[in-house]
Order: sequence, then C-alpha cells, then structure tokens
Amino acid sequence: MTEESAPKGFSPKRVPSYDEVLNCIRCGLCLSVCPTYREAGTETNSPRGRVALIRAAAEGKLELSHNFVDHMYRCLNCMACAEVCPSGVQAHEIVLDARVEIANKLPQPAAKKWIFEGLVPNPNRMEAAVWPLRLYQRTGLRWLAERTGVLGMLPHHLGEVAKMPPTASMTPLRRKLPEVTPAQGERKYRVGFFLGCAQSLLFAENSAGTVRVLARNGAEVVTPKDTACCGMPAMAYGDLDTAMKLARHNIDLFEKAGVDAVITDCATCGEFGKHYKELLKHDPEYAELAAAYSDRVKDISQFLAEIPLDDRLNEIKVKVTYHDPCHLARGQGITAQPRDLLKMIPGVEFVEMKEPNWCCGGAGTYMLTHYEGSMNILDRKMANAANTEADIIASGCPVCQMQLGYGVRRAKLRMKVTHPVALLDQAYRPR
Amino acid sequence: MLNPEIARQLSQIVGERYVLTSPEDLICYGYDASSLQKLAGIVVLPRTPQEISEILKLANRERVPVVPRGAATGLSGGSLPDVSSIALSVTRMNQIKEIDLMNLVAVVEPGVVTADLQAEVEGKGLFYPPDPASLKQSTLGGNVAEGAGGPRCLKYGTTKDYVLGLEVVLPTGEIMRIGGKLMKDVTGYNLTQLFVGSEGTLGIITEIILRLVPKPPSKRTAMAVFPRLDDATQTVANILGAGLLPSTIEIMDTTTIWVVEQYLHMGLPVEAGAILIIEVDGHEEALGPELARIGQLCEEGGASEVKVATNMEESESLWTARRAVSGALGRLAPAKQGEDISVPRSAIPEMVRRINDISKRYNITIPVFGHAGDGNLHPNLLFDMRDPEMMERVHKATAEIFEAAVDLGGTLSGEHGIGLLKQPFMARRLSPLVLELMRRVKATFDPNGILNPGKMLYPE
Repeated sequence: MTEESAPKGFSPKRVPSYDEVLNCIRCGLCLSVCPTYREAGTETNSPRGRVALIRAAAEGKLELSHNFVDHMYRCLNCMACAEVCPSGVQAHEIVLDARVEIANKLPQPAAKKWIFEGLVPNPNRMEAAVWPLRLYQRTGLRWLAERTGVLGMLPHHLGEVAKMPPTASMTPLRRKLPEVTPAQGERKYRVGFFLGCAQSLLFAENSAGTVRVLARNGAEVVTPKDTACCGMPAMAYGDLDTAMKLARHNIDLFEKAGVDAVITDCATCGEFGKHYKELLKHDPEYAELAAAYSDRVKDISQFLAEIPLDDRLNEIKVKVTYHDPCHLARGQGITAQPRDLLKMIPGVEFVEMKEPNWCCGGAGTYMLTHYEGSMNILDRKMANAANTEADIIASGCPVCQMQLGYGVRRAKLRMKVTHPVALLDQAYRPR
Repeated sequence: MLNPEIARQLSQIVGERYVLTSPEDLICYGYDASSLQKLAGIVVLPRTPQEISEILKLANRERVPVVPRGAATGLSGGSLPDVSSIALSVTRMNQIKEIDLMNLVAVVEPGVVTADLQAEVEGKGLFYPPDPASLKQSTLGGNVAEGAGGPRCLKYGTTKDYVLGLEVVLPTGEIMRIGGKLMKDVTGYNLTQLFVGSEGTLGIITEIILRLVPKPPSKRTAMAVFPRLDDATQTVANILGAGLLPSTIEIMDTTTIWVVEQYLHMGLPVEAGAILIIEVDGHEEALGPELARIGQLCEEGGASEVKVATNMEESESLWTARRAVSGALGRLAPAKQGEDISVPRSAIPEMVRRINDISKRYNITIPVFGHAGDGNLHPNLLFDMRDPEMMERVHKATAEIFEAAVDLGGTLSGEHGIGLLKQPFMARRLSPLVLELMRRVKATFDPNGILNPGKMLYPE
C-alpha cells in the first residue's frame, strides 16, 4: 500500500472522540509528564501531538499513512497525560480509538488476526504456545545461546528480546489450581480468581501465592478453568471486536460462578476488567451484566486492604522499593494498598524511589515493538531504582516485572523483582 | 514541504536526525496554544548557537524565513511557521549552565523549562519569581521572547525585570553577547531589554542570564467573595494603598465562576459578582497578621465571605478554582480565544462592564479573570470555530474589546504578546510614528526580513 493510496480521514460515523479531541486546548501540560516526549524530544511524540494528528486525520487533512500508524503505536498508554490534563482529555483513550479506526480501515497483518482471534482467546493454545519458551529456557538451550553469543548474531534487539521473558513456569497455573480452593478456617468470603495470561503462564508460582494468601484470610477461591484473556492486548492493537468478545466470555463465566468479587493479581487484567462496563455500555444484552462485573473486579492488594488480615507473618529482612504499574496507580487509583502490604511484613525496610509512577517502558509489547524507546524509558526507571539501594523491587504487574527484571540485568544491579503479594505469601509460609 | 535542497543543507548543519519533514511533523510543529493551526515547511532542531548561526546564514542566502519556537505554548500565534518557512525549535538546548550563588544569577539555555529552573534554584534557597501559567512546560527562551508574566508579577515584576544578559544569534547570523552578570550596566543602549518581548523577530536567543532573589520562606492564601464586582476592584486598590504588597491578587468574574462551577461542581458562589484570591509570602510570622489585615479590608470593602488559610494545604485548596479555569473553559466550548488586555487598575470595573456589554450584544460567552492587582485581565471568548456566522461575531467582539481597552488608557497585551492574533489592532495602540520607528529597528536587525516575518508589527 503506497502513501498515495492510504485512506484519508476517519469514517464520519466512528469519530466518537472528535468532540473529546476538540477539548484539547493545546496548553502542553502533558508534555511535562509524558515519557515518550521526554525520551524523543519532539512534539510529534507527545500526547498533544498525537491528539493533533488524530484531529487532522478526522478532518481529512492527514492520511492514515504508515508513519501515522507508527505514531499511534508510540503511545505507552501510561495515562500520565490524562492525569494532569486541565480539560480532562483522555489522550490515551483517543489514541486507542485511533488504533481501532486503523484496524478497521487498513489491511491488518495475517499474524495479528491469528494471534487475537485464534490464539489469545483459547487457553489451551496459549499454554501450547509457551512450550517452546519453556523448552528453550529449561533444557539448557538458553544458557547455550547466551553463553556462546549466538544471540549476538541476531539483529541486536531481537537478541536482547530473547533474554527478556522470566523463566516460564513449568506448569500453567490453570492446571495446578483446583476449581475451588477452600478457605482456611472459617469461610468469610467467596471470591473468583482471574487467571491472567502472563501471571498464570509466566509467573505461575507467584500467582499461586495470591490464591494461598486469599485462602489463608478466609476466602473460598473459585478459579474458572475457561478464563480467557482479559482482552487488553486485543484492545491495545485496535481489535475492539475481539476485546468485546473476550469481555462477554469472561463476564458469563464469573456470573455463573456466583462470587462476591473477581480478584486479579495483574494490574492490566484489573484495569481492563473494570473497563468492561464502558466497553459494553452500548450492548443491550450485556450492558447491565458488564456493569455488575466491573464493580466486582478488585486488584488483590485492593481486596486485602478491605479485610482484616492474618498477622502471623514470618520475618523477611529485606529492603524493598515499589514501582507503580500504570494500570494500577492511574488506571485504578491504587497506590497505598500495595505499599501497606509490603510495610506489613516484619523485617521489611520500605524505601520509596523517585518517580515511582513513571512508566517503566514495558507497556504490553512496547519493548518488542519499540525496543530502543522502551530501553531509554527503562533506564530512567532503573536509575531511580538503583538509588534506593533496595534488595527487591516490588510491582503488581507481570509486564512491569518482566521489564524491570530485564532492567536489573541490563543495569547489572543486585536486585530481585517480585509481586508484592508473592512476598506476603512468602512471609506467611513456614520456613 | 520546502525544497529538498534546503533539507539537504539543514541536514549538513544539524545532522539528518534533527531535520523533520514528515506530514505528521509538519502538523505538530504548526500550532501553539492558541486556536490556530498552520503547517511548517520543514522543522529543524539545532543544539548549538553555531548551528543556529549557520541556519540563519542559509536562510538569508536562500531567502527562506525562519520561525523560532520553544515548547510552543504561546497564546498569540507568535511561533507559528507556514509552509514556506523553517520551524526552528530550541528545545534541545535545555541545559542549566550555571547557578552562580555569589552573583545570584542563573545562566540557562533557551530550552530550559521554567519550572525546572525554579525547582533547581529553590533547592538552593533561591527564587526565580515569574510564574506564567504554562511554567511546567514553557521554556525560558519563550518566556523572554514574549516578556512573560504570571500572577506573581504584582509583587515581583515580570520576566523583563530578571533578564540581565543574553547571547543572541542575529537574523544575519552573527552571535552577539550583551549584558552580563551585572545589576547595573549603562554602557551603551540597553539592547538586552530590546530583545525581551521581541517575539523572535530580532534574533534567536541562545543563552540567558537571569537574576535570582532569595526564596520567601513561606506563603499563604485568602479568598474573598464579593456580591459586587466594583467592590472587589476597589478593595484591590485599598489593599495596595494600605502598605501591603501581596505576591498576587487574582480575580474571577461572575461568568468565570459559573463556568468553573459547571466543570468542577465544588459549590462555588455563582451569584457573586467576583472572587478575589490573594496570596502573601514572606516570613511565617508576618503572614498571619498580613492576611488578617487583608481579610479585614475585604470585609470592610463589601465582601460577603472571607476565607483565610491557616496552612499550606488550605492555601492550595483555595487556589483550586482559579487553576481550573483554563481547563473548564476548554470543555465548555469547542474553541476559546484568551485575550490579555491591560488597563490601569482603576479602570478594571469599567473594562469588565464593557466586556459584559460586548458579550450581550454579540451573544458570545466571555468570562473575565486575571491579575486584578496589576490590571492585566484575560477575557476569554468561547465559540465554535465550525460556525462561520459565529466567527464573524467573534471577530467583531474582539475588535471592540481592544477598542475599549485602548480607550480606557490600556494596551492590547500584557503578557501573551501580539504574534498573529493581535496584529490587526497594533495601529490602534501605537501611533504611526512609533510603528515606523519599530519597523526601522526590525529592518536594521533583519535587512532581508527572514526572521519570523509577518508577526507582531502590523504587516504593511
């Protein structure tokens, strides 16, 4: 597709955010908080710039060219802009709308269609897809590839990308967890547990800890086996239809389970789960159910903050700092709860890092698609983390954990990265 | 886009990476914080004065206009390029070169964000007072080129009162240094001050020497609600006449209060004629008595309600409504045009009355707020730019507002500059003699007319 033949403008029907776009007064305050602007230094890579491009496209003054699409995908969706905008413009949402428009108007790569329609909604296939990674990591192949410099022969960033994923859990959590985990002692709550893709496939041991902590504190935990991806990755790539399909599936699943709350230990699954009611508000069949579902979604730290907790914790003598995942801090307004959990553990010395809520640059698949930009943003985060001299960086999002884990290795720091609730779980368990 | 030969020559000067030509870039470097949108011909981001010098020499050779810009947060279109010009962004020149504690000056590159300098010097117990509303994102180069103001100017003066020296690249490419780390300097003409407020038409600023003062240890705020606007403005005069000098006195008229209430729903007194927000700074011990006296003067002056903060937190919350104004306006109408007229303090009530009258006659909502302490008001016309009939009325109303300001002994702009938006009215404020002199100055500096042409001075 040449630049000349690229479609112009947005379809008149589907510009719901045009009025939103006009709310932008171009004051530029977003420039002061945007990581991509800080990193790239050009107006085009700022929220104000992206909104201006979308406005120009909507007015038929700009084509949906390759460069335009590229700029739409440079946004991290970290919401720092929305947080400060005096006019309440949700620049990240407008960018997502643009991605949906792009997905509808431009031919999409076949692989993308397969990933979002064939792979992601199907838990069995997702597990199968992780097998090669497990093999690579655990059979010594990875060790070999890294030590012999084979990875160095790949184009630089692909070689680096191969080093990024944490050692994938041998058994997906879906296979290990029973459908119902009974409460320890008196059953006080009946909650659902949402099997997030990244958590259950790559961080299964940590995620199992979430269920253990819930059970220990009086919750009977229902883990539906057929949980599908929350839909955020599809949405991030502009595939609104798949996102809605996944939402409906998950809503039905948890409706059947009859639970007080739907708990997740992934910041993104939580944010998007709470977004279902917005996503499906025009769906006559699901609008009410989606609203009920979204109101029941809770991040694990949020749920634990609302109930009396078993305080029989073993000491863990360690210095801990915390990184705020964008989807947790800005997406859900949850900042105090994870910190409180960490401070609850005897022996933990909590130290706050500078700019704890500055995006880590992980942003879903950003480190794959925008390796250099992602690393520049990560470097800033790692400098702040290093200054704390902490032993552990805690963060309640698997993508952040992956990115920070990679950052630790990249900056050659002696730090470990973990989920706050995993640390709590460790403190609960006998030595 | 400009011809490829220009692009090639620019790439040789700054490197290919810092020459932008995509349609997306040309759009993004074609706006500022006004409602205007142009397209740049090409964008260049230099790093040194030498690069800028080369670019300007090229501009003179090829007769291609150059339009400098910082963060493009200007409100009058002064930094807008067009398809025939080179947009030159100084944002890469963002180093604070020096904070000289002996001489109490800061030496900065033009792309330094104002708030960043303020944070840096405040960490050392010093203070750079000028506080334009855009300080978190605007650059010092832009502040100097526009002669930026802000609420604190009542007590501390504007940007011009802090510029001691400059390094400037002239339109013909020479790099010139004037002024210095000096409180006093009367050797030759005061060229340093000529550049302040010159809106990028006399040279491109590449280094600024700024005066610093000691940081006031503390500050506190009061808010007063007045049923009658006239009482509010008379009280301003009474406060200043009582030997008190608050750091700022801000006013919000009844329309502004209404607009903010629509947006924030915080229970603002929408029946009031005006709200005053007054801040004092200095030593902790003095603030209580000063604010008490101010509160008393407000009550005596006809205030129906006076809130005096007792600590920083309460002070912050009293500022909420005032800070929300810009954003609230943004949501209320598809577009807004913020004017920036200045009148003698005594003329504020009459000026607001005339604006209200203009608003009624042209059927356009025009909230008025701003710096009551120094007479600099911001009437904001709210409109929908997609409605040509409404735009007609907006243009007429704007012209009448300027007429009224000049008629009352005031001026077109106190802080935002002339740029493009106020050009048509220059002749109302400046006599033909003055305009002619100014044009001769411009021609002396820029014989080929390549630096930000078509801005500020009324185009002939």
